[in-house]
Amino acid sequence: MGRVHKNFKIRAPDPRLAIIDERLKDVERIIVVVSGKGGVGKSLVATTLSLMLAKRGHSVGLLDLDFHGPSCHIILGAKGVMPTEEKGIIPPDVHGIKLMSVVYYVGDEPLPLRGTEISDAFTELLAITRWGRVDYLIVDAPPGMGEEVLDIIRLMRRSEFLVITTPSSLALKTVSRLTRLLLEVKVPVLGVIENMRITETKLVEKHAKMFGIKYLGSILFDHDLEKCVGNPKRLLGTKFAGNIKDVAKEIS
Amino acid sequence: MLKGLGSYKKTVIFVHEWALAEAVISTILTVAKEEGAKEITEAEIKIGSLQQIEVDVLTFAFQELVKHTPLEKTEIKLKSEEAHFKCRACGFEWNFNDAMSALGGDEFEAIHFVPDLVHAFIRCPRCGSPDFEVMGGRGIWVEYIKISR
Repeated sequence: MGRVHKNFKIRAPDPRLAIIDERLKDVERIIVVVSGKGGVGKSLVATTLSLMLAKRGHSVGLLDLDFHGPSCHIILGAKGVMPTEEKGIIPPDVHGIKLMSVVYYVGDEPLPLRGTEISDAFTELLAITRWGRVDYLIVDAPPGMGEEVLDIIRLMRRSEFLVITTPSSLALKTVSRLTRLLLEVKVPVLGVIENMRITETKLVEKHAKMFGIKYLGSILFDHDLEKCVGNPKRLLGTKFAGNIKDVAKEIS
Repeated sequence: MLKGLGSYKKTVIFVHEWALAEAVISTILTVAKEEGAKEITEAEIKIGSLQQIEVDVLTFAFQELVKHTPLEKTEIKLKSEEAHFKCRACGFEWNFNDAMSALGGDEFEAIHFVPDLVHAFIRCPRCGSPDFEVMGGRGIWVEYIKISR
């Protein structure tokens, strides 16, 4: 028998990182809705896609990761709900979706977080949220490619990315940078959705072709959409939701 | 074996300290395995005051979770660290106790779940800036583990 060497003192990594995979182990698929640009409709796509998947009989979680401007709860008209505390926190059911957001805790207060603080808050949320068994976890990521997107790539390793853009050349330029990043780090990209289309253009289709990713179709600018914010039933009746239904079929 | 802490008698535990204890134990076991440990003799866990972790509850969670694991006979030391802040605008430094009077129950609960949410609720007491840094005492971490090989 070899000699036993005692009392090696070892430093340990952040304990929260060790538990994240366990928290996500019963999540079948993680779909992250991203765009380099703000204002292209990520939250509406993420929330409507969640509603559509739930309507198709899937169990769905929705994680609003926009710490500076959470809005999924507004689209869903979530009121009077809070996570329950049970060996962690369990997101409440909002119109058939398990919704998690910092808004439960900060309400309408501004949350002025810098990069490392965002990373810490995100890690904490992932470590304590118990999603349970869900078919789809939809993640509404904020614009850009900062902490949230990098941490999704680092911590939610099975993530598949759904890129949203408008046909504006300004949006596409930024979306191209993000697409390049996603392909560089070799994460699965489900495709790109062209949102808020007003006139006939092939810009987004060309973008998809150039990067070798799937063009998941275009969504016409829907003037009635704003009136449906806060009312999921009405939202599901819009043309926008009809287009998202096609996307849901395509990716599920 | 938990040192310096009382035992918690509740048989059912519904709080999120359990999730934190699970994370800590999982980390210690992973590190010990990677290091080829024959025995884990000691672990020191630091608890930052910002998260307001209930030590009794955490202790109970540890007692339950270490059962039938290589940590059953490990001496787990729990030590606290006071949360303190530094304003990035004016350089003023203060601690969590100084800031607590401005907070209500809901704010405490938010910070308890996600300590970084403190940025929504407190400001620099000297200049009022929301741009401050949590210098220490944020959450829970493993300071070190001691093993035998």
